[in-house]
Amino acid sequence: MTNDLHDLSAIRFGTGLPAPGRATTPEAMLAALAGPDLAASAWPGVSREEVTRTYQDAARLRRALRRDPLLRPAYRDATLATQAVQTKGLLVQMARGVGSEDGFRERLVQFWADHFTTEARFRHDVGLTAGMVEHAIRPHVGGRFLDMLAAATLHPAMLIYLDQVQSVGPGSRAGQRRGSGLNENLARELLELHTLGVGSDYAQEDVRQAAELLTGLTADADQGFFFNANFAEPGPETVLGRSYDGEGIAPVLSLLADLAVHPDTARHLARKLVVHFISDIPDEGQIASMADAYLASDGALAPLYAAMFAHPAAFAPTAHKARQPFDFIMATMRALEVPPAEIIGMGRGEARKRIILPMQAMGQAWARPGGPDGWEEDAAAWITPQGMAARINWAMSAPDDLGRRPEPRVFVQTALGNRASERLIWAVNAAQDQREGLGLVLAAPEFNRR
Amino acid sequence: MMNRRFLLRSLGGVACSAAAHPFLSTVTLAQSNGTAPLGDHRLIVVILRGAMDGLDAVQPVGDADFARLRPTLAGGGIDLDGYFALHPELGGLMPMWKAGALGFVHATSTPYRDKRSHFDGQDLLEAGTGMDVAAGAVRDGWLNRMLQAVPGLSAETAYALGRDAQPMLEGPAGARLWTPDVTLDLSAQSRLLLEHVYHDDDLFREAATEAMDLAAMGAPEDAMQEGGNARLSDIDELVTFAAARLQAETRIAAFSLSGWDTHRRQKAAIVTSLRRLQHLFLQLEAGLGPAVWGKTTVLAMTEFGRTAAENGSGGTDHGTGGVMFVAGGAVRGGRVMGQWPGLSEAALYDRRDLMPTSDVRAWAAWAMRGMYGFDRGLLENTVFPGLQMGDDPGLLM
Repeated sequence: MTNDLHDLSAIRFGTGLPAPGRATTPEAMLAALAGPDLAASAWPGVSREEVTRTYQDAARLRRALRRDPLLRPAYRDATLATQAVQTKGLLVQMARGVGSEDGFRERLVQFWADHFTTEARFRHDVGLTAGMVEHAIRPHVGGRFLDMLAAATLHPAMLIYLDQVQSVGPGSRAGQRRGSGLNENLARELLELHTLGVGSDYAQEDVRQAAELLTGLTADADQGFFFNANFAEPGPETVLGRSYDGEGIAPVLSLLADLAVHPDTARHLARKLVVHFISDIPDEGQIASMADAYLASDGALAPLYAAMFAHPAAFAPTAHKARQPFDFIMATMRALEVPPAEIIGMGRGEARKRIILPMQAMGQAWARPGGPDGWEEDAAAWITPQGMAARINWAMSAPDDLGRRPEPRVFVQTALGNRASERLIWAVNAAQDQREGLGLVLAAPEFNRR
Repeated sequence: MMNRRFLLRSLGGVACSAAAHPFLSTVTLAQSNGTAPLGDHRLIVVILRGAMDGLDAVQPVGDADFARLRPTLAGGGIDLDGYFALHPELGGLMPMWKAGALGFVHATSTPYRDKRSHFDGQDLLEAGTGMDVAAGAVRDGWLNRMLQAVPGLSAETAYALGRDAQPMLEGPAGARLWTPDVTLDLSAQSRLLLEHVYHDDDLFREAATEAMDLAAMGAPEDAMQEGGNARLSDIDELVTFAAARLQAETRIAAFSLSGWDTHRRQKAAIVTSLRRLQHLFLQLEAGLGPAVWGKTTVLAMTEFGRTAAENGSGGTDHGTGGVMFVAGGAVRGGRVMGQWPGLSEAALYDRRDLMPTSDVRAWAAWAMRGMYGFDRGLLENTVFPGLQMGDDPGLLM
C-alpha cells in the first residue's frame, strides 16, 4: 500500500494520523481485529463491578429518599459516582482512539455503540450506557452479529431505555392481576433499527407479536438483567411467519438468531457501514457484495468488513464524510500527540471544559443523541455554520489549551501526511503566528473530513 | 474581536449547487426592496416531534369510551364545546380560544400508516408526500416546494427557527435558518487564510463563510437565562427574532418542538411539552402584535397520534390519528374541526388507534390556498403530490 493510501486509510477507517507502521491495509486491519484487544488491556474501561455498584447505590438511595429527605446529600454523592462512570467511559474511549495501533477496532466500537444507541433516563442509571458499550458491544465487534445483538438486547441499559422493563404481557399473571399492558418500543426498534431496517417488509402485527415475545425480559438495580416469568405472555407468538414458543429467554434468542441472518438485516447493516465509513450516498453494488459475504458466513462480521474493503469505493481518494465532533476532537489529540494517560486522568471539570462542552457546541451532546437512531451521518448535518464556528474556535484554541505547541509546518504533515492540500500548506506558511498556523490545520476540510 | 450570539444560514437542498443559490454567498439581514409577492399573510408551521397525544391534548370527554380507555389520563380538562375538553396545562390558551383565534382539527393524520416509526413519520410529514413515495425519494420539503412556485421571493421570505434541522423548508428555494447561541472570535487575517483553505470544498466554504459573515456583524445583547425556565426562555429567544422578521419581510416561519414521545408516566411527562407549546402560541400572539397576528395562521402538526388506550406504564404508544392545532387571527377558531370517528373498538384504526378522518395536508393546503391564492392543481400535484384536497373546510376567516 502506498503512503497515500496508508494516510487515507488511517483517516477513513482509523482514528487519524500519525499512524507510523500501524494497521492500515485491509489485511492488517482485519488481522488486528482478529487478535487480542490490546487497547482494552492498555487502557482498561469501566468494570462490571463499578457500573453495577454505582447504579445500585444510587437507585437504592433514590428509593430511600422518599422516606428520608435527610439522605439527599448521600444521594447526590451517589449520582456523582454514576456520572463519573459515564465520564470515564468517554475518556477511555477517546484515549484508546488516541493511543491505539488498531484504530479500525475503535471506530467499530463507536459505530456499533451508535447502532445500539441507549440514553439514560435518570441520574442513577447514567453509567449503564458506558457499561453496555464496554461489555456488550466491544467484545463482539469482530465476532458474530448475533452475539452483539443478544448482548445488547438483554442489557439493562437497552431494556430500560426502550421501555421493555415496563412491558407486561396482557395475558401474563401480572397483566391479569394489575391490568398492566404491553409496551412495543423495544420490539419496534429491534426490527426497525437493530436488524431488518425500516424498509423491510414487516407489519404492525409482527411488531406486536415480537413485543409479546419479549415480555419477561426485564432488569432492575438489584439483579441487573433477569427474566420475569410473571410478565411473560403465555403461548406462542408468530413473527415474520415463524412461530416461537417455549419457556424463558430461549424463544427470544431464537427470534434474534433468525433476525440476525435475515437478508434484510444483512443489507441494512451493510448500508449503515458504508454510509458511516465511506459515503452518505452508498454504492449499491458494494452493499450487495457485503450482504452476500455476511450471509455466506452465517452472520460473521469480519467477512462483512472484508467485502467493504474489497470494493474500489473503500479507498477512493475523495473524502465524502465529515468527522463527527467526537472523532474530530480525538483526531486532534492524536495529531497533537497527547498521551492517553493524560486524557484518562482528566477530572470531571477538565473533561467538561476540554471535551464535553466543545463537542456540544459542535452539535454532539455526549450521551444525548436524541433518539434510538443515534447520531446523524450526513456530512451536511455536522458542517453547518454553527458547527463550523465551534470547530474553528476549537481549532484555534485547542493546542494552547492542551499545552501542545508543535511547529505548524511540521504539524501539517503529522496531522495529514499526503492528504494536506497545496492551499492548506500555503496558508500554514502564511500564518502570522504558531496559534493561527495550528488552527488552520485543524480547521481545514481535509482534517475535518474522512 | 467579533462576537455573535446567533447564526443564520441558508437552507439548501443536498443536490443543489451553490450556483443555483444566489443567496448563499451574501447572507445579510438586509431587506429586499421589492414588492411582497406572497402578499400580507403569515404562515407559521410548528412540527411537534415525537408524536403528540391528541387524545390527551384535546380530550373527547363526551365519548363514552374515552374514560374507559384512559383510566389514569382522562379527567381535569377544561371544557371547550361540551364534547371536547382542553388539557389543563393548556388553560392559558382559553382566551385565544374564546377570541376565536384558536381551533383544533381532530382525528387527522398524514398518509403515514402502520409502521409507526418517528423517523419515517416525520420524514413523510416534512416531505409532504404519501405512502406511495419511497422514503428519501423526495429530498425537498413541502414548504420549500410552495416557495419554489413563487418567482421573485427573497430568502428573507422564509425562516426555520431553532437548532433542529427543518426538512420541511429545505430545497432549492431560498430560505434561512436562525439558531441562537454561537460565538466566533477571529482576526481578519485568520479569516482570509481560512477562506483560502475552504475555497475548494463547497460544504465547508458555505458553512464557514456564513459563520464568519455573521460573526462580523456585531453582537446583540446577551439574552441568556438560567434555571428551570430555560426551556421557555429558549422559545422567547426564537420568537423574539421570528416576530421581528415576520413584522418585516418574512412570510413563512417553521419551528419544531420535541419531547412528545410519552411512552410512560404521561401525566407528568407531557407537562413540559404542553407548556412549551402554549408558551410558543402566546409569545407569537404577543410578539406579532394585533395587526400582524390578524393575518397569521399557525399550524402545529405531529407525525402521528398515539394509541387510544393507555399502555401498562401510564403512557401511550405510537398510534395513527391525532390533533392539529390551528391558531392566529386569520383562522376561524373556537371550534374543534374534523369528523369525529368515535372510540369504540370497531371505530378504531387497527382496533387500537384513533381513526384518521382527514389528511392533515389537506388542511394545510386549504390554508395556503386561502392566504396566498395558490391554484388547486399546484397544491395537489406539486406541493403535496397525490393529495385530494376535497371540499373547502372553511378553515380561514
